Amino acid sequence: MTADSFLESYLFVGAVLFVCGVVCMATKRNGIGVLMGVELVLNGANVNFVAFSKYTDLGLDGQVISLFVIVLAAAEAAVALAIVLNFYNNHLTIDVDRANKLKG
Amino acid sequence: MNGESFLFTAFALATCLGAIAVVFSQTVVRMAFWLVISLGSTAALFFLANADFVGAAQLLIYVGGTLVLLVFGVMLTASGPYLKIATSPGEIVMGSFVGLLFLLVVFASLSIGAGEDNKIHWPNSSVSAAASGSSVIAAGDTLRPLGLSFLGSRPDHDMASDGDALTPGYLLPFEIVSVHLLVVLIGAAYLARAKRRPVEPGSVP
Repeated sequence: MTADSFLESYLFVGAVLFVCGVVCMATKRNGIGVLMGVELVLNGANVNFVAFSKYTDLGLDGQVISLFVIVLAAAEAAVALAIVLNFYNNHLTIDVDRANKLKG
Repeated sequence: MNGESFLFTAFALATCLGAIAVVFSQTVVRMAFWLVISLGSTAALFFLANADFVGAAQLLIYVGGTLVLLVFGVMLTASGPYLKIATSPGEIVMGSFVGLLFLLVVFASLSIGAGEDNKIHWPNSSVSAAASGSSVIAAGDTLRPLGLSFLGSRPDHDMASDGDALTPGYLLPFEIVSVHLLVVLIGAAYLARAKRRPVEPGSVP
């Protein structure tokens, strides 16, 4: 395999992760399921960054950006989970279909 | 097929199948398990791409931190045994159809390029390998260059030949992310604090 086809294989893996994350975010009724979709999307982006860092002249920058994405994803998961816990404390459910109090 | 492509195929399959299993699992604990499989295989892909520190950080922070946090969230929001918040079959079919379409769109955008043979020409790393010493990526020994870049100096750039370019270090984003983590810590702890439940009339407080 040439280096080019390996790069495209990495990008395909990143694309599959991204699409699975988006479908998860769109179709899951469990609030924590939606959060798992967000994690999948961020991992897809990370795979892209690391692949470009290896196979193009992006170099170290791609890996630095991947590290920042990992850190920010952890922070965002913490806050999102705090929101889900609050929602559960108030409504005793995490079904996102029940979050319709702001409906006009 | 040499060892590297065999390992890459195995871990790429594990990643993709784990992600698809996350979409199609009906209980959230099973989704967490498949997500662990998928993210662990992603860390293996990072190791294959000579990103040793990013792979180790993925295992430590993502799998060992964020996923454990999600499982704790599942535990704290458990709403009774055998209660399944499941998507209806019609939504599953629609969701997978839309997902396949989306994947085809993304993959088509990778294959169709603007070059003369209608393929995308990625800038090759061998062009600048001699100039900028990106052999540090090739060896996988990225911990020290990464640490130095967070402090503001780039051992893989020849700063004398950069002319009047701005410093390519990552000190400012590093500081910003540190403050960001502190704020998130305080904010999440405040948001998730134990609150007094409103007392219903007629019950013992």
